[in-house]
Amino acid sequence: MKLLTGNDLSTGDVVWWTGRDWSRHIEDAVDVGGQGEAILRAEEGARRVNVPYLIDAEATEQGPRPAHIKDRIRALGPTVRPDLTLKPADADAGAWVI
Amino acid sequence: MYVYDEYDQSIVDARVEEFRDQVNRRLSGAMTEDQFKPLRLMNGLYLQLHAYMLRVAVPYGTLDSRQMRMLGHIARKYDRGYGHFTTRQNIQYNWIKLADAPDILAELATVQMHAIQTSGNCIRNISSDQFAGAAADEVADPRPWAELLRQWSTFHSEFTYLPRKFKIAVIAADEDRAAMRLHDIGIQLLTRDGVLGAKIFVGGGMGRTPMIAHEVKDFITADHLMSYLEACLRVYNRYGRRDNIYKARIKILLHEIGVDAYREQVEAEFAAIRDLGIDPPVAELERITAMFAGPDFATDAPDTVDRSDPDFAVWLDQNVAAHKQPGHAIVTISLKPIGGIPGDASADQIDLMADLAERYGHDELRVTHAQNIVLPHVRKADLYAIWTALREAGLAEANLDLISDIIACPGLDYCSLANARSIPLAQKIGERFAGRQRELGELKLKISGCINACGHHHAGHIGILGVDKKGTENYQLLLGGSGAEDVSLGKITGPGFDEDGVVDAIERVTDRYVELREADERFLDTYRRVGMQPFKEAIYG
Ligand code: SF4
Repeated sequence: MKLLTGNDLSTGDVVWWTGRDWSRHIEDAVDVGGQGEAILRAEEGARRVNVPYLIDAEATEQGPRPAHIKDRIRALGPTVRPDLTLKPADADAGAWVI
Repeated sequence: MYVYDEYDQSIVDARVEEFRDQVNRRLSGAMTEDQFKPLRLMNGLYLQLHAYMLRVAVPYGTLDSRQMRMLGHIARKYDRGYGHFTTRQNIQYNWIKLADAPDILAELATVQMHAIQTSGNCIRNISSDQFAGAAADEVADPRPWAELLRQWSTFHSEFTYLPRKFKIAVIAADEDRAAMRLHDIGIQLLTRDGVLGAKIFVGGGMGRTPMIAHEVKDFITADHLMSYLEACLRVYNRYGRRDNIYKARIKILLHEIGVDAYREQVEAEFAAIRDLGIDPPVAELERITAMFAGPDFATDAPDTVDRSDPDFAVWLDQNVAAHKQPGHAIVTISLKPIGGIPGDASADQIDLMADLAERYGHDELRVTHAQNIVLPHVRKADLYAIWTALREAGLAEANLDLISDIIACPGLDYCSLANARSIPLAQKIGERFAGRQRELGELKLKISGCINACGHHHAGHIGILGVDKKGTENYQLLLGGSGAEDVSLGKITGPGFDEDGVVDAIERVTDRYVELREADERFLDTYRRVGMQPFKEAIYG
């Protein structure tokens, strides 16, 4: 599957395209399929999100899992500060990245 | 310490307001990211993996307690309660919101700080010896010269768009504590026949193509130092490669045209400009120098220390250095607790270090390129109280220059350019070697998460470079580098490793070192004596 991601203009937060809007949570991300480039251009024009780009991901039971470790770290947060990730209470969250 | 005059302050204040306007225009959508990016970078604001990152300049690594407290305040109010001290003697905040950036810069300006020259193809924040003004071996205090360089380079219209970024270090001792020869220009102040001057080295750097700076001028008298440097920059600005980012640093120019041809050009330029009044008037230099006169040291401070607490004695031996003034000492506070994140300090820890500087250290702190903090002027009689307070705050790791005193860049946990994570590796190495690090002696280990080498891996006695191997993290191991006066570049041992594999490989290297070392030989000296082969055999069989 293909996901569209970027960083929120105002907060810098990592965000994912949900089909209608942007979410901080990768679980909300949708497969943009062949529409990725068109959505990307439209969203770039809207100027809400910085440098949006398309990535490859795998659909899993827990939700989309980006193909590249960099995007998995973006999706979760720094592996060395579990308290600052999006899942601070999940002790195994870091394992998803590796 | 230097205190801003009205010109310094008005420049910084005006810059804050200019940036506020730029941020507002970006937030309103009036500016695209392509238009805004160079402007935010000129104000130290990067976009990293998880958020905006603000890099704040700590000129030549020198701070007073008020400035240090401001760094803690920013961490607490605008970030997530911590900051990261870098190998450029700066501090970075990892979780900044764009709308907050102008307010942060405005708060910094109230304590004479800013984020100028922390990005872009300009002359970056000047680096220097963290022991400046306290070391017994310096011929002069390098800070007045570093400050002069700061003033000269700030918004220097000719050097704002150089072919590439430009880093300058200034030291004043034979012992190089600032990796001077791994800078674009390295300046070593020295005296000849009673006259102060400098030896000038050009073309050093790490990154993709590491090089050691060449000696370009054996001695330039201090009264012409600035015009000579201006000539060095002018030749680079004219001939540096703007067509290829990988060949744009001055080290490549020197490599391509040769040091003699570069020197000839500089001398010709220098002859043309040396009498144009670029060097500061004597009165201005005296004004700056007077601000670095140093504290009034107690002349009757006791010179002995009670070593009866064994843990304190270990810290004393490892983290405390000799001071030029009897009865005083230089303390290095390690930001490398075993299993911690190299260079990170919480807002509370930052405040505590500020308090200690104010109470015991003549109000001065330094940031080191090895990502530690220094209290440069403390009385020996206060060392135990300082250590006790540091220990309570988790800041009393006695590991300066040992294998767990690791330089590590933010790597893939934070940095958008990274190939691999640096910090977890530093944590694993620290934990693996905590019990035997003193037995191994001085061993400087440095980790970068990509070829840009912010973690100085080329200059590590042991260096580690993170690379991307088909989408997974992989680590190359280097041996034999040094950023000190015995400068050298590390060599790659062979095929790379995964994270656990590289920790095992380091263990085999250090085991072989212990077998091979003679008397008190450091790892680096053993490596230089026996070469790579015995270590290769230990690693790869
Ligand atoms: S060395 Fe690479 S990964 Fe590390 S901070 Fe620099 S650019 Fe980022």
